[in-house]
Amino acid sequence: MTTRSSHTDDIDRRIIGATQGGLPLVREPYRAVAKDLGLDPEVVMARLQRMLERGVIRRIGVVPNHYALGVTANGMSVWDIPDDQVRSAGELVGALDFVSHCYHRPRRLPDWPYTLFAMVHGRDREEVERKVAEIAGLLGDKQSGHEVLYSTRILKKTGLRIAA
Amino acid sequence: MTDPSLDAVDRRIINALQGGFPVCERPFDAAAEELGIGEAELIARLDVLQDSRYLSRFGPMYNAERLGGDVTLAAMEVPRERYETVAETVNAFDEVAHNYARDHRFNMWFVVAAEQPERIAEVLCQIEIETGLQVLSLPKLEEFFIGLKVTV
Repeated sequence: MTTRSSHTDDIDRRIIGATQGGLPLVREPYRAVAKDLGLDPEVVMARLQRMLERGVIRRIGVVPNHYALGVTANGMSVWDIPDDQVRSAGELVGALDFVSHCYHRPRRLPDWPYTLFAMVHGRDREEVERKVAEIAGLLGDKQSGHEVLYSTRILKKTGLRIAA
Repeated sequence: MTDPSLDAVDRRIINALQGGFPVCERPFDAAAEELGIGEAELIARLDVLQDSRYLSRFGPMYNAERLGGDVTLAAMEVPRERYETVAETVNAFDEVAHNYARDHRFNMWFVVAAEQPERIAEVLCQIEIETGLQVLSLPKLEEFFIGLKVTV
C-alpha cells in the first residue's frame, strides 16, 4: 500500500487497522494488540503516543452512544458569519459543552450562505432549541442568519474504515 | 441525565473517560485509580456498557484527514418521491461513510471520505450523473476545539 501522508507509515497503518474497531478489554490491551500484529508492545505504545501528538488520533477513550443514553435530538445548527469572523466565532461555539463538532465550511451562494456548523445534542428538540438560542446570544451581531437541520433518519453509518 | 440502569460509577466512567485513556503497560489500572475503583471493576463495567450499547466503542478515535485521505460533507435536495432510490444510489458508494436524512430543503447529507483526494470529486460527479441532481460539497476549512462532551 502506498501511504500518501508523511504522518503515518505501514506499521502505523497496521496498528490503526487493528484498533479502529476498539481496544480489547483486557489488563494489557496494547500488549494484546502487539501480539496480534507480531510487534513489540513498546513499539505499539510509542506509535499510538506519536499519533496522539500529531492529531492522527483525536483521543483515546469511550465513545458514548447518544441514542442509547437518551440524547436523541441532534440538530445541525448552521450560521451565516462573515469569513473574517468565523474563527473567533468558532472558538467561542466549539468550547460549549453541548456542541460535539464545530467546523468552518465554505458558503455556496446562492444556495447556501452558512459558514459555521455546530452540532448540538439534546434529549428533545426543545432542549436543542434552547441551546441554539444560547449560541445565538453568544454570537450576537456576528451572525446574520441561522437554521437548525434535524436528522430524521440515519440512511447509512459505517464509520471510518481504512485498509490496514 | 438520569438513566435508571446506569449507576453513579457508570456515569463517572462515561464522563471521565471520553479522552485521556493512558498509553502504558496497564492503562486500565491507571484510569481506574483516577476513578477510585479497581482495574478489574473498570474492565468489567466497560464490558457491560459496551454490550448494552451505552458505548458504541472503546478505543482510539482516528482523524480521517490526518491519515492522508480527504473528506467532504455533501448535501442534496432530493424530490420526495425519489428519496429512497437516490439514497440507494448514494449509499452504494463505499466512499460514503454516513448519510443522514434532515428536514430541510437540502434533505440528504452525507460524508464522502477517500484515501485518494481526487476520488472525492469523481464520486460526487458520478452521483450527479446517476441522479441528475446537484450536489453541494462543503469540505471542512477549519475545525474548532472540541472538549469532552456528553455528560450523563
